[in-house]
Amino acid sequence: MRHLLATEGLDAATATAVLDTAEELKRTLLGREVRKLPTLRGRTVITMFYEASTRTRVSFEIAGKWMSADVVNVSATGSSVGKGESLRDTALTLAAAGADCVIVRHPASGAAHRLAGWLHEAGTSVVNAGDGMHEHPTQALLDAATLRERLGELAGRRIAIVGDVLHSRVARSNVHLLTTLGADVVLVAPPTLLPAHVDRWPVTVSHTFDAELPSVDAVMMLRVQAERMHGGFFPSTREYSIAYGMSEARLATLPEHAVVLHPGPMLRGMEIASAVADSPRAAITQQVANGVHVRMAVLYHLLAHEEEVS
Amino acid sequence: MAPRNRGAAEPAGRELLSAGDVARTVARMAHQVIERTSLGAADAQPVVLLGIHTRGAPLAHRLAGRIAEFSGARVPTGVLDITLYRDDLRRRPTLPLGTTELPPGGVDDQLVILVDDVLFSGRTIRAALDALRDAGRPRAVQLAVLVDRGHRELPIRADYVGKNVPTSRTEEVHVQLEETDGRDAVLLQRTENRA
Repeated sequence: MRHLLATEGLDAATATAVLDTAEELKRTLLGREVRKLPTLRGRTVITMFYEASTRTRVSFEIAGKWMSADVVNVSATGSSVGKGESLRDTALTLAAAGADCVIVRHPASGAAHRLAGWLHEAGTSVVNAGDGMHEHPTQALLDAATLRERLGELAGRRIAIVGDVLHSRVARSNVHLLTTLGADVVLVAPPTLLPAHVDRWPVTVSHTFDAELPSVDAVMMLRVQAERMHGGFFPSTREYSIAYGMSEARLATLPEHAVVLHPGPMLRGMEIASAVADSPRAAITQQVANGVHVRMAVLYHLLAHEEEVS
Repeated sequence: MAPRNRGAAEPAGRELLSAGDVARTVARMAHQVIERTSLGAADAQPVVLLGIHTRGAPLAHRLAGRIAEFSGARVPTGVLDITLYRDDLRRRPTLPLGTTELPPGGVDDQLVILVDDVLFSGRTIRAALDALRDAGRPRAVQLAVLVDRGHRELPIRADYVGKNVPTSRTEEVHVQLEETDGRDAVLLQRTENRA
């Protein structure tokens, strides 16, 4: 694997290999006093975050450090980006400074793809840590890892992705990854929060949350992305919460084994009730923990092999 | 690092050890371990057998079985995967990780005997020593191998050797085990394109 830019087009074998690696890494590190592996010693990983993030950036940083890579964090504020340097120049600078891998989050959809093109010659790997409303592949991988832990194999499982699908790169990445792994995905959202060409996606669409609840193995709640919403997508937050929020009453109608996921940050009381978020049926902290192992696995698959000729 | 043994898919080479030889060799190694470590005696120090993934794992199990049979001592076994500690990761395609499973008591303050099928360059063992260092602090570490084929590239030697086999670098030694390959044998094979 040279870059990880999207889960669209990621084949099942590669995705499964990454998930298997993450699982072994987790097992290897479990209960160990020294949570450090020498595998990526001498490799340099730079995170470039042009958007706010806590868990993703921290998770990548810890992942890199636990694999013994040198990790450098660059944020848009406090770097030359503030002086008006373009994404391309910043990236080429980081590559010239010796980055083996650049992890980028950017508000523009497609930014990671452009970056990968610019950095191809330098031999630098690019990981998309979220680009606008496009994709967030490592989030989908950690969601899949969590679902595999809770449910076993994903083939034939039915997974509902609920809420602001339109603005969600997490939803896009999950739709592609989960369907590639053989799961059935149902999108549950008001028509205003679904993308224009959702009929071309390999999913079913529903506008009635309650009708889907009894038949799903997992519910993935999405954050309502107020920062990307300009205009009225729903009448009021209260009405949204009543129609599409994960309440305690809804939790009770889920099958016994079903699990609730949320990529965070959560808006408690909006898309998910506090009692649900803190219940053992929710896997939200497990998702965060798995995030580190999944990102370690991604770095392993990107950096720990011979040069690929392409 | 030494070419790992790819096992069952390979065509048959010259047989160095038959299934019977493998069983006798493991039994002899078990006796040697018992003698060196005083296993079964009242004042014996705790011993752990750690098989190196892949074929070291079943070998460690068999050794433990034989040791229990001959001395009555039950020796905990585990598996150590050394992939993350290899020094040649950037010279080959992405390797899948194997499982590491330490015995419930861990390795702290125990005599750890690493078990592998073939000792060649010694790089696998170096990696295993590094992996072991992260897993705990054994009282001492010893090495048991079914076949020592020479050509060491590091100052490493085995404490228990099933069979010494003089080989040339153009040859490959393949250990096959019931658990991983469906039968027991040690084969010697010529290769053309390997230095």
